[in-house]
Amino acid sequence: MKLPETIRAAFVIARRDFSATVLSKTFLFFLLGPLFPIGLGFIFGGIGAQVEETAAPATVAVVSSPADFALLQKARHRFEPLGTDRPLVRLQRVDPEPDAAAQRQRLLTSADNPILGVLEGGLFAPKFTGAVTADGRTVQQINLFVEEAVRMRSSLQVPSLPVEVTLTRTSSGSVAFARNLTARAGQTILFVLTILLAGMLLSQLIEEKSNKVIEVLAAAVPVDAIFLGKLFAMLAMSLVGITVWTSAGAAAIAIYAKGGLESLPPPAVGWPAFLFFILLYFSMSYLLIGATFLGIGAQASTVREVQTLSMPVTMSQVLLFGFASLGVGRPDSAAAIGAAVFPLSSPFAMVARAAEEEALWPHVIALVWQVLWVALILKLASAIFRRSVLKSGPSRRWPWQRRQTA
Amino acid sequence: MFAMGERAIAAEARDLVKDFDGKRAVDGVSLTVPEGSITGILGPNGAGKTTTLRMMLGIIDPTSGTRTLLGHDRPLEVAREVGYLPEERGLYPTMPASEAIAFMGALRGLPIAEGRRRALQLLSDRGHEDWAKRPIRTLSKGMAQTVQLLGTIVHRPRLIVLDEPFSGLDALNQEKLEQLIRDQAAAGVTVIFSTHVIAHAERLCERVAIIAEGRAAFEGAVDEARSRLRPIVHLRTRMADGPWRSALPTSAKNVAGEWRFELPEGGPEPLLKALLDSAAGIETLSIERPGLHDAFIAIAGEAAAREMGHSPAEAGSE
Ligand SMILES: Nc1ncnc2c1ncn2[C@@H]1O[C@H](COP(=O)(O)OP(=O)(O)OP(=O)(O)O)[C@@H](O)[C@H]1O
Ligand SMILES: [Mg+2]
Repeated sequence: MKLPETIRAAFVIARRDFSATVLSKTFLFFLLGPLFPIGLGFIFGGIGAQVEETAAPATVAVVSSPADFALLQKARHRFEPLGTDRPLVRLQRVDPEPDAAAQRQRLLTSADNPILGVLEGGLFAPKFTGAVTADGRTVQQINLFVEEAVRMRSSLQVPSLPVEVTLTRTSSGSVAFARNLTARAGQTILFVLTILLAGMLLSQLIEEKSNKVIEVLAAAVPVDAIFLGKLFAMLAMSLVGITVWTSAGAAAIAIYAKGGLESLPPPAVGWPAFLFFILLYFSMSYLLIGATFLGIGAQASTVREVQTLSMPVTMSQVLLFGFASLGVGRPDSAAAIGAAVFPLSSPFAMVARAAEEEALWPHVIALVWQVLWVALILKLASAIFRRSVLKSGPSRRWPWQRRQTA
Repeated sequence: MFAMGERAIAAEARDLVKDFDGKRAVDGVSLTVPEGSITGILGPNGAGKTTTLRMMLGIIDPTSGTRTLLGHDRPLEVAREVGYLPEERGLYPTMPASEAIAFMGALRGLPIAEGRRRALQLLSDRGHEDWAKRPIRTLSKGMAQTVQLLGTIVHRPRLIVLDEPFSGLDALNQEKLEQLIRDQAAAGVTVIFSTHVIAHAERLCERVAIIAEGRAAFEGAVDEARSRLRPIVHLRTRMADGPWRSALPTSAKNVAGEWRFELPEGGPEPLLKALLDSAAGIETLSIERPGLHDAFIAIAGEAAAREMGHSPAEAGSE
């Protein structure tokens, strides 16, 4: 059958499935469900603040004499026992150079040696420049270290001198780490959404099989069109859900995380593109994994069988996620490329890449590749369905099945 | 009678074979359905009627053999011009009746808005406008079947395939369905239906295919099936015996004093002469043209006929 006809038929199927789902009363629960955890997450400490705090590799370059540095290190050492839940900021000494401003700039942007900020001006005119907010832990710690170092040096009670703080938007350390974090966050969002939403496709054909509508459908349209329609109906429904959830999430970010996404260092491709990629790769991972599930689920004839199938299917999703996360932080490693090439993990790997690498052309290739696989999986699933469920075509036996003549 | 050569062929099957898991369900069925005809597929349970129809419609592919539907050998390509009522009826339970009819039309290419309009028309033509908004689940089985039948014709197909369309309907609705089939045929639509109730086929069909144990035992015009049988003689005489007995065929049976046998090759005259000459004393004598039921017995065998015979609708026939 010609492609436009298949798409037309798929649209008829999708329209029925979509309206049957969205117009049902249970859809409201579907929409509200995920809002509870999102709401709770934002009530307990803004996500934005946490990102800033956990992001840093927590190394501060100290431009100072060895003597001053030794005192600072000693001070840090004294406070070490306090940093039980999270390690204290690490200090790294750098020799002063004549052009202090140029040195500071270089340190802040050096990619080989990612740092969070620069402390200069010795113990008595300390000046901190870095990518953190003024009330952040890092600044508080630096303040403590300087104060303690001065105290130890003079063995006197001197009034503490607050560190003069200059804030830059980013530094290389915070960028590398934040991108890594954004990559992981992107993958996790994708993973959570697919695991929540793709599982529904396992049971998509149960309804038609149990009420015998499948015979009406299969007589009128190709099985490909049935599968395609069901897949896109569920994708559309998921996107409705995601739109509702992200709107709620965005509102929460705006309220709790002050500057919202603006306060976070941007991913390699920039925020708008990255959000677009998350949506795009969610759709792709939904179509890929969904098509697989649809094919697997179509073999089941009862709800019980679907329930039995859902556990191994969820486990394999976890495996895919694990596989894709191996390459995060090393976008050119074999693990990252492998995960991007293997169709089912490709969207996860590519969303991480969008956070880490600026180039856009790999995404074009990946998307074409993924679309190709969606088509392939659907074709395969419908061929297997026709053969094993509708019992169509010449009967074929596996080699190990004994041939019995009728 | 018609000459096959003058009419276009709406559907054709050649040597269709279907194996299910190594078991042969259909074993070389051939059918020719002329355009605008009503063709009945007759056969007992498990004969392979449904399987044959599903192969012809392209729901399943045959193990071997070929089929053509409205000139295409890939039946789904002409899905827009075909309507099909499956043996196991199936509609979405939550869909309103008019929506279900429109949906079935949409599957076969009818724009949904037009489908909704026609659905209301079809329902109100039959005085069922109050069904339109009711979800299928709230309709009775027979009502739902009527809705599905309307969904089968809503897109005005050229060929309608109905698998056991009469089962599950009361006498009144069976009659309405017969009328619908006649109306469709009168409008030039080709109708194929399967049944194990010979009476329906006899009343409606121009052609029949008799399927037994996966084979087409007969395929052709109803008249042709009948004419395969010799007329049946029913005879009652005053004399129990006499020389006239030798004029009766050896297969003649005496049931409660009445002789029943096929009219011998020579026709009625030699028989009458023998009866009169030997003064048999004829009380009643009738020579009847066999019905489709007798033809069915002759073609498919007593066993198959017995399997078909005990349907309630049978009682009303002949
Ligand atoms: N999907 C299937 N898998 C395995 N065997 C099947 C399948 N469908 C039909 N059969 C077998 O094929 C044979 C013919 O079945 P079919 O349904 O075509 O008969 P039928 O003439 O329509 O009978 P009925 O009057 O009961 O509807 C039966 O022996 C049946 O068991
Ligand atoms: Mg049947």
